[in-house]
Amino acid sequence: MYDYLLHIAVLCGIYVVLSISLNLAVGFTGLFNIGHAAFYGIGAYTSALLTLAGVPWWIALIASAIMAGLFGFMVGVPCLRLRGDYLAIATLGFGEIIRAVMKNWTGLTRGPLGLPGIPKPSLFGVQFASIDMYLLLVVVVAIITVVIVNRLVKSPFGRVLKSIREDEIAAKSLGKNVVKYKLQALTLSAMFAGVAGSLYAHYITFIDPSTFTLMETVLMLCMVVLGGAGSIIGSVVGAIILVILPEPLRFISLPSSAAAALRQMIYSVSLILMMIFRPQGIFGETSTTKKFDLRKLLGMKKPKIKLRTKKNA
Amino acid sequence: MLKVTDLHKEFGGIKAVHDCDFHVKKGEIVGLIGPNGAGKTTVFNLVTGFIRPDRGTVIFDGADVTSLKPHIIARMGMSRTFQMIRLFPNMTVLENMLLAMKNQDEGFKAAIFRNPLMRKKVKQGLVRAIEMLEFVDLHAKKNELAKNLSYGQQKLLEIARALVNDPELLLLDEPAAGVNLTMLKKIKGLINKLKDQGKTILLVEHNMEFVMEMCDTVVVLDHGEEIAIGTPKQIQKNKKVLEAYLGGTEGCE
Repeated sequence: MYDYLLHIAVLCGIYVVLSISLNLAVGFTGLFNIGHAAFYGIGAYTSALLTLAGVPWWIALIASAIMAGLFGFMVGVPCLRLRGDYLAIATLGFGEIIRAVMKNWTGLTRGPLGLPGIPKPSLFGVQFASIDMYLLLVVVVAIITVVIVNRLVKSPFGRVLKSIREDEIAAKSLGKNVVKYKLQALTLSAMFAGVAGSLYAHYITFIDPSTFTLMETVLMLCMVVLGGAGSIIGSVVGAIILVILPEPLRFISLPSSAAAALRQMIYSVSLILMMIFRPQGIFGETSTTKKFDLRKLLGMKKPKIKLRTKKNA
Repeated sequence: MLKVTDLHKEFGGIKAVHDCDFHVKKGEIVGLIGPNGAGKTTVFNLVTGFIRPDRGTVIFDGADVTSLKPHIIARMGMSRTFQMIRLFPNMTVLENMLLAMKNQDEGFKAAIFRNPLMRKKVKQGLVRAIEMLEFVDLHAKKNELAKNLSYGQQKLLEIARALVNDPELLLLDEPAAGVNLTMLKKIKGLINKLKDQGKTILLVEHNMEFVMEMCDTVVVLDHGEEIAIGTPKQIQKNKKVLEAYLGGTEGCE
């Protein structure tokens, strides 16, 4: 039971990284990417193949981020000139292509047989083989992701991303190189998905193409939407809720076919309820200027920046 | 300052703009008028790079900017507003202003590492943005979302946003359209203030009283063609202009 809870926690951590990275593209920049599972898969396969070839784990981790980022960049160059729905269709196509490659390039990926025996990571002699050690690793990576993405979005850079989401033409008129920013956003988003892929591969120690399907992207999108597009804490909470929500099903004795269908139903019902009662998501920015403020919740004072302008100097 | 020569643009056989020649001198306010569909906004889009011309050149500050990307032209010191206001609706008034600010570290590396220089620039930007908001009397609303402002305030904010970098040339697309008298006065006052500061402005406007009062030179377009250019007084007497607006001069005497 204890291991089972830890297992859930590890999955939560991996999905936190995934949903935050997807939120960077979808929620903050307004790039409707539904091929995110492909970047996840590219990261997983890169890391698995490299470590199976004897490369140290930490190099494989970095390589999976770079590889996924590279693919993000390559998809972005032609696709980011498209808007809204068209970008969604293009990334959908990209996701399916990557899955088809994973399935059919048997020389590299062993196709549907998958890659077994992926080694557990170790760093400076520390083995992350036991589940509690692995949880520690995942939590550290998730926290690093939260910190970096939080810094990205709460900065002049993030402000430009949001402005592109709000009105691309206006952003151009203010001298922003919109295509460059979109490319950077998609590349960074893909890199974190690649890291999540690597975490997944070394945790499960077996990967095959059936993990990185469109349904996986839809699940990540649900997490983003449930938590609130454009909210970091929302993505964290959304990921945790949607990982835990279907778990009680395991304890009801159901035929496995019904359990899988019920899982999907839980996702869809939760999403429908969300759309009706709180379309902006749990922590989404509401129409007023009130935003979720952790400091206020904990009774801490917000640091005030003092500004001197000519008038009140 | 701005020199437009022989500008042509066709949209699928329709001549949206043709034979358009005019120039804007430094410190001058030039009005671009004409009946609906005359091609005024198209000229704006051609000058600011949002549309590429089929023929002709746009010289800005001695440099050929024809067919350059809009964000590059904007960085050269040409700021514009839009006929349909284009603010960032779900961002605050202050954020809208900060986005226009140049000399901010907007790279992702700066965002992650946040060196002291970047922080200093952020602070400087904030000060300048608030000064500008005080200039247009919107600083009380600085933490309000842009979409929650009234129409007139949104117009004002858009102009303020265009002004924040001290642009060489300001292009205003219908600054007086759809605003009430109080706001109109405010906008007029603002443009007069800018005029006193020696700013160069090119504006499109339907409100004739406004144009005749504010502009030094008026360019008249009709069906994409430039039919007259001159001081407001000359334009008021121009036969072609009267024809374009009133559909013939007979019976008008």
